[in-house]
Amino acid sequence: MNELALAVHAAAHDLHASEREARSARFAAFAAAFDAAAFVRTLEAQGIRWLARSDPGFPPRLAAIHDPPPGLFLRGAARPELLSRAAVAVVGARSCTDYGAHVARRLARELAAAGVVVISGLARGVDGHAHRGALDGGGATVAVLGCGIDRDYPRAHAPLAAQIVAAGLVVSEYPPGVAPAPWRFPARNRIVAGLAAATLVVEARERSGALITADLALDEGRDVLAVPGEITSALSYGTNALLRIGAVPVTRAEDVLEAIGVEPASPPPGDPPTGAAAAALAALDGGARTADEVARAAGLAPGEAAAALTQLELAGLVTAAAGIYRR
Amino acid sequence: MLARTVTHALFGLEPRRVEVEAHLQRGVPAFAIVGLADRACQEAKHRVRAGIASAALEWPLRRITVNLAPADLRKEGPGFDLPIALAVLGASRQLPPASLDGHAAVGELALDGRVRPVPGALAAAEGARRSGLERLVCPAESGSEVALAGVRPVAVRHLVEAVEYFRGERDPPEPPRPDEARRAELPAPDLADVRGQERARRALELAAAGGHNLLLAGPPGIGKTMLARRLPGILPPLDDAAAFEVTRIHSVAGLLPPRAGLVRTPPFRAPHHSASTAAVVGGGPSPRPGEVTLAHRGVLLLDELPEFSRPVLEALRQPLEDGAVAVARVGGRAVFPARFTLVATMNLCPCGGRGDPAASCSCTPAQLDRYRDRLSRALLDRFDLVLVLPRPRSHELASAPAEGSEAVRPRVTAARARLASGASPLDESAATLLARAVDRLPLSGRGRARVLRVARTIAALACADRVAAEHVAEALSYRSPAELRSAA
Repeated sequence: MNELALAVHAAAHDLHASEREARSARFAAFAAAFDAAAFVRTLEAQGIRWLARSDPGFPPRLAAIHDPPPGLFLRGAARPELLSRAAVAVVGARSCTDYGAHVARRLARELAAAGVVVISGLARGVDGHAHRGALDGGGATVAVLGCGIDRDYPRAHAPLAAQIVAAGLVVSEYPPGVAPAPWRFPARNRIVAGLAAATLVVEARERSGALITADLALDEGRDVLAVPGEITSALSYGTNALLRIGAVPVTRAEDVLEAIGVEPASPPPGDPPTGAAAAALAALDGGARTADEVARAAGLAPGEAAAALTQLELAGLVTAAAGIYRR
Repeated sequence: MLARTVTHALFGLEPRRVEVEAHLQRGVPAFAIVGLADRACQEAKHRVRAGIASAALEWPLRRITVNLAPADLRKEGPGFDLPIALAVLGASRQLPPASLDGHAAVGELALDGRVRPVPGALAAAEGARRSGLERLVCPAESGSEVALAGVRPVAVRHLVEAVEYFRGERDPPEPPRPDEARRAELPAPDLADVRGQERARRALELAAAGGHNLLLAGPPGIGKTMLARRLPGILPPLDDAAAFEVTRIHSVAGLLPPRAGLVRTPPFRAPHHSASTAAVVGGGPSPRPGEVTLAHRGVLLLDELPEFSRPVLEALRQPLEDGAVAVARVGGRAVFPARFTLVATMNLCPCGGRGDPAASCSCTPAQLDRYRDRLSRALLDRFDLVLVLPRPRSHELASAPAEGSEAVRPRVTAARARLASGASPLDESAATLLARAVDRLPLSGRGRARVLRVARTIAALACADRVAAEHVAEALSYRSPAELRSAA
């Protein structure tokens, strides 16, 4: 079957690349005139590869879902085998809180450090922070686009996409030139869920795209995990609802690794902090604090506290957002 | 019959010598001023005629031509009244024309002959000194200002006093001693008023010691503006050279109170965010100093920085880089000094809810991007110290008052002296930390230089001879955080 022709034909007519469409007469007419070899050459000129579903390298997890794409367009330095490695989807709200951003980044970093591929959708908010966290952790990450493979959407994430291309893969079922459209994102989410062994939802509103991804994962019998949030926050309704119906609560990266059966990595090398840095770190045990509160709790001068917190930040032990520091 | 006096027109801050020639001849009585005089200057005719009549002197019933040379230089304002009156009186031999030699004159005339002060007397006095003129006839209020430039003032209250002086009948009374204390009537707000916010106080001290530009970001109502207004109070007084520069600028802008001496307090300017580009950086058909120049050697506060128009913000880059503004006009190029410390405040988002645990942000991502895009990366890069201030908790606001400005200023002064004595070397551990930060954060070349500069100031405040790792670490904590950069 000419899978590439199907992918191009479906995108050109805003159709879903289904088995039924593959049997239609209008596709037969299109496929007869389609020059696959020439199309692949123009793709390669743009640094894009095509991975057909019938290719032995096509990720088995994605092939196993009930509605797999005819194939994937790939962009990036990593080999296609990356898609078949142990992987977790980290998804959540676009307008996440600082807490959500921090958790997404930290869990993704620790998962990546343990050798797990982090999959997400390159969207704003949790998605972006998950990709950044994985890059921070020196691991690989895969961004699944809901538009043509040649686009970086949202545009604000173009620099992030460039970093992902350098170390991982950007994938899409849509050929170059396809514009982002609202109905393509739920379709994209089936690929996010399908590529991953488990889906972790960090923050989600009551009705959100992240919950669609979670539903799709459940449909395929994959694990769904959720990070507990404040019961009063609208951004936690979705995740707390998932927990209520039996999703695995995640409070540390080990919870995720256990769910997908990956051995936790040994703790990262590096000396534990001493002196002022240790005091500042201890002051953050009770939760998020401002720099002034850390200084007071640790008995440090404002300048000393700022120096200690920066060193902890550089060591990856502390993050800061809007003037608030978190462990 | 001809007589001649000298005065000075201002182009920007620069005095330019103008010769005022008055020529009388027979014919139908008339009075013409030629030589590119603007409206206020043309109106001098009426003031001069009325002033001379009120002084019980005679208005010559001749054909009077006053020429302001060079004829291609635009002359503005009422400061030509007094020199024109003196030239006319000299030409009509009511005072000896030769006695006008060696004198310059500046001042506006009232209809009753009194002499009114005009802006820029100090610059005019400097022009007189450069022209080799030893005395400047000026309004009584400007006498002390003129004396600062090393020119002997002939400070007159009324045209009659000037005439008596030139006739050699009587010298005008000595101008009163300059009164430096007059400027300090309104003391700068004190740091003791600030409760909590130790990190922000520290940043203010660093900004004062190193002359670093400071950006305070955070939710509304947490005291960003209050903190920013307390920076001038911890700056040391201006030294002689700086005080002279500042006094001259303020004289041209008409900001000096009468009988003021040298301005010793660093100036503080806080233009509103609706200000135009010309108002902020200077400009206009005949270039006038803008707020950046009025803040020279002092502090410029831009409250709600993103609310300023984009052209204003971009125009700030030149003075921030060069310490001066060049305004090119047909008549020449005016250069205004503008070496100031910039303090700016901003919210973290348009609605103000971001960063505030007691509120929630209702901005869309697109609104946030637009808000951040208003500040170009290039402008953000000009701030050595960027601080995101969280909302302080209630018990902080109830805490005891901390150090006042009087206690902080000596430390600032000492650190400035130490910084001026030469660059301190970098410790080995400090160099390692800096290299790590460049890789990990990542830090641009300009960002690295900025961190280094702040680290030197921190070391100087700590009275350390070398820049140590902890100084670099603290300096790194003032880099601009991701939430202020666009496309974060």
